[in-house]
Amino acid sequence: MSSLIIVLFDGFAFGMLLFVLSVGLSVTLGLMNFINLAHGAFGMLGGYVAVTVMRQLGFPFLLALPAAFLAAAIVSVLFERLLFRRLYGAAELNQVLFTIGVVFVASSVATYLFGTVQQVLILPDWLRGSVELFGMRFGVYRIFLIAVALVVTAVLVFGLERTRLGAQIRAAVDNQRAAKGLGLDVEKIFGITFALGSGLAGLGGALAVEIVGLDPSFGFHFLVYVLIVVSVGGLGSITGSFVGAALLGIGDVAGKYFWPEIGSFLIYLLLVAILFVRPLGLFGKR
Amino acid sequence: MTNSTLTQATARDWLRRQSRWSLPEIIFWPLLLLPFVLFPTYLPLANQIAIAALFALSVDLILGYAGIITLGHAMFFGLGAYCAALLGKNGWGEPLTGLLIAGAFAGFIGFVASFIIVRVQHLALLMITLGLGFLTLELANSLGWLTGGADGLRVPRTWPIFNYFRFDLWGYTAYGYSLAVLFVCFLLSRRLVNSSFGLALRGVRENSTRMPAIGSAYKSHQQIIYTISAAMAGLAGALLAQTTSTVALEVLSFNRSADVVVMLILGGTGRLYGAIIGAIIFLVARDQLAGINPQYWYFWIGLLLMVVVLFMPKGILGFISRLAGKRD
Amino acid sequence: MLTHRITAALGLALAMSTSALAQETVKIGVILPYSGPFADAANQLQAGIDLYIAKHGDTVAGKKIELIKKDTGGPAADVAQRMAQELVVRDGADIIAGFALTPEALGAAPVADEAQKLMVVMNAATSMVTEQSDYIVRTSVTIPQVNYALGKWAHENGVKQAYTLVSDYGPGHDAEKSFAAGFTEAGGTMLGSDRTPVANPDFSAFVQRVKDANPEAVYIFVPGGAQPAAIGKALADRGLNPPATQVFAQGELTHPEALESMGETARGIITTFHYTLERDDPLNKEFVEGYTAANNGREPDLFSIGGYDGMHLIYEALKKTNGDASGDALLEAAKGMSWDSPRGPMSIDPETRDVVQTVYIREVQEVDGKLQNVVIHEIANVKDPLH
Repeated sequence: MSSLIIVLFDGFAFGMLLFVLSVGLSVTLGLMNFINLAHGAFGMLGGYVAVTVMRQLGFPFLLALPAAFLAAAIVSVLFERLLFRRLYGAAELNQVLFTIGVVFVASSVATYLFGTVQQVLILPDWLRGSVELFGMRFGVYRIFLIAVALVVTAVLVFGLERTRLGAQIRAAVDNQRAAKGLGLDVEKIFGITFALGSGLAGLGGALAVEIVGLDPSFGFHFLVYVLIVVSVGGLGSITGSFVGAALLGIGDVAGKYFWPEIGSFLIYLLLVAILFVRPLGLFGKR
Repeated sequence: MTNSTLTQATARDWLRRQSRWSLPEIIFWPLLLLPFVLFPTYLPLANQIAIAALFALSVDLILGYAGIITLGHAMFFGLGAYCAALLGKNGWGEPLTGLLIAGAFAGFIGFVASFIIVRVQHLALLMITLGLGFLTLELANSLGWLTGGADGLRVPRTWPIFNYFRFDLWGYTAYGYSLAVLFVCFLLSRRLVNSSFGLALRGVRENSTRMPAIGSAYKSHQQIIYTISAAMAGLAGALLAQTTSTVALEVLSFNRSADVVVMLILGGTGRLYGAIIGAIIFLVARDQLAGINPQYWYFWIGLLLMVVVLFMPKGILGFISRLAGKRD
Repeated sequence: MLTHRITAALGLALAMSTSALAQETVKIGVILPYSGPFADAANQLQAGIDLYIAKHGDTVAGKKIELIKKDTGGPAADVAQRMAQELVVRDGADIIAGFALTPEALGAAPVADEAQKLMVVMNAATSMVTEQSDYIVRTSVTIPQVNYALGKWAHENGVKQAYTLVSDYGPGHDAEKSFAAGFTEAGGTMLGSDRTPVANPDFSAFVQRVKDANPEAVYIFVPGGAQPAAIGKALADRGLNPPATQVFAQGELTHPEALESMGETARGIITTFHYTLERDDPLNKEFVEGYTAANNGREPDLFSIGGYDGMHLIYEALKKTNGDASGDALLEAAKGMSWDSPRGPMSIDPETRDVVQTVYIREVQEVDGKLQNVVIHEIANVKDPLH
């Protein structure tokens, strides 16, 4: 029984990491139908920024996280204003081709700047090791991951439900034409949303270094996971991304625990099965 | 009555006009023989370009003509490759029968998968093809006793074609063989897309709610083209296994699935020639750039993709035909 | 017509190889995954090659050494084969070398065979690689070589039962088998074994399964890169680290970046390897100093030493043949060659053309305030037990 709880806990924590990495893509895809395969590259940027500011500038970990968020958000806005906005009306496949091009370039630039070596991020002591609760040992960092993800979710949900910008985003996602007709500047709203989403990817990238490491192939490697979470959860839905990520995390870890022989198949089996039954994802509307 | 005969006649005329060979086409194919004479040391590359072109052609049939997007077509490429490799390993190295068996096997799996494929669209379709691709890859990895797992498989050299053309180190036979298969598959594809069947497919691509309304059995149409495409991808994989005498898990990888889509969009979708041009440009650029700098060539490829999208939204072939003043 | 052209082409090939001899250069084609997810391995291996050339000059036996680098982008057998073909027919390479990954070596082997060129495998560690062509020589390591020895040693040092946890791909399977073979043949008992997906970075479920079995020791094999630190931390989170549970592994688990990331919890982990960065030896000191100076402080690893010794083999063989770079002559010169490497004494088995070397059992200990791998046992002249 206690093993089961720990397995579920670990899976949930991993899912929460995926959630932070992917929620931004879900919202921007739902909002603008812009297929941004470079989303993972912004995660990679966040990771490298966190590692660099800690190493070179001596930032503490808790300050490196917002730095990663900001850097990814700012760079993504530059990309959005200069390049991506030209593609909003373009065919889906062209968006795919263009953003894959961005991933290739990003990966080369990362190799050039940081080399191919795995980056190490030294956590502060209070985030290392494990704590014992009810006779079970929980990793401190995993508790921290869950806490960060819950805060992010709370801020996002509150922001979307209670703020003016949130209302505008919801309106634009639900019906872009009507929103435009009512005088909303959809492109500007999108620009802001895009920055927020990429910033979250940057934050996720910084959080991920401790669990999965960081090298120039990060952007490509995590793309697959991010796409799985987004499609299973449903486009444009924060709840969907949350549930999708949690489900994948828990399903994957629990599956591996009980049936290790098919461990590597599980995540893809889940993906195919869920999308076959619900092509719009668990919480997708259109 | 007269009216409908008339439309039928015009439609037939239109199709016939479409399927007439144009001058650039007639010039294009002999050009592909040039490597034999001009670049004999580049024949191994030419061979792999021909194989990639065939693979991209198979994707164009579904993506360009039936609107079925995919991120997992390497599944069929790899199945064909392993099928041919295992035939070779178990003592049957005759190339043509091996090729056909591998194609049929991939086509059969494609037919089975098509029942899932035609039920979904958009992102779900993309992700289900991706998922199926990964499942096949993991399966091949776990069947190490059969597939050699991550180490890969080495196959005895394929027997000479017609018991005469031996597979040589320079790649003369390999390129000739792959080019011939590409040409035959191209003829079949050309015939297919310019038939009333191909027209119906394009109708589905443009408007999937309207086609059933005018009485077109579009799901079965999609299943047929998906099966054909899978078989063709299998042929491409089999060619790779036969001409290189090796096969590794990489033939099933997500990278290969993504690369082929990139090549196709680069060349231009829905034109058949786009697949061939895209494969040539992508692989030649890759070879040359990697020759200059083996580590950073990805940077230039990425830049190439971005520039093509910004300035040639219909792919390189679309750009050329616009320059030539032809409408699509 | 076609046959005609083939004869012409072969004539041209002969002409090219004779002209290469006349030019007094020896061309070495290096096939590695310079781009893609395995780029780091290629980088380190290349740095080993470069260091050797920088130290010993680019001329040997009166011949100038020229490197031609070819990128495979990953474990793609077909690309590796094409690269080998191009090296032979276009670039006129005399020797092909590199091969970080087994599929690369498999792809190139038939070309080495047909063109009769020496093929130096500088990493690919699956046992059967050297059996693929009579022209292959390996200067790295084989997985059974180091792990069989570790299994035996573990039982001899009082461990009675163990659990294995390996990556689910060829090298992982080899490691699992050879550790278990060494361990059970010595009288130990295997409590169980699990295999983790190569692509999946979260180890918690598997580590919990180990915990449930409550073994005295756990044996780990994961590829280098990010996974060593990840699995090390996952084990420690469950309390599965020394002294409570013995942890055995192949050397990748405790490479410098992983040790830095794992910190205190890595103390006491026992690994088996053919190269130890911190081994106290003048040759090794010189090697490490030269390497770090040339690579921005980056330390050498198993790839670097494979490339370095691969170049040593090529240089010494060329000296023996007086600059004759034909495959057969170089092969004869390489068979049975033995030398002192920064890793320790090593030789090439004249029968199998595979590497014979000392296997080091190391323990993570604190030295001068820094955790590092300290050699606690040496087993000399170990051959691959599968040949």
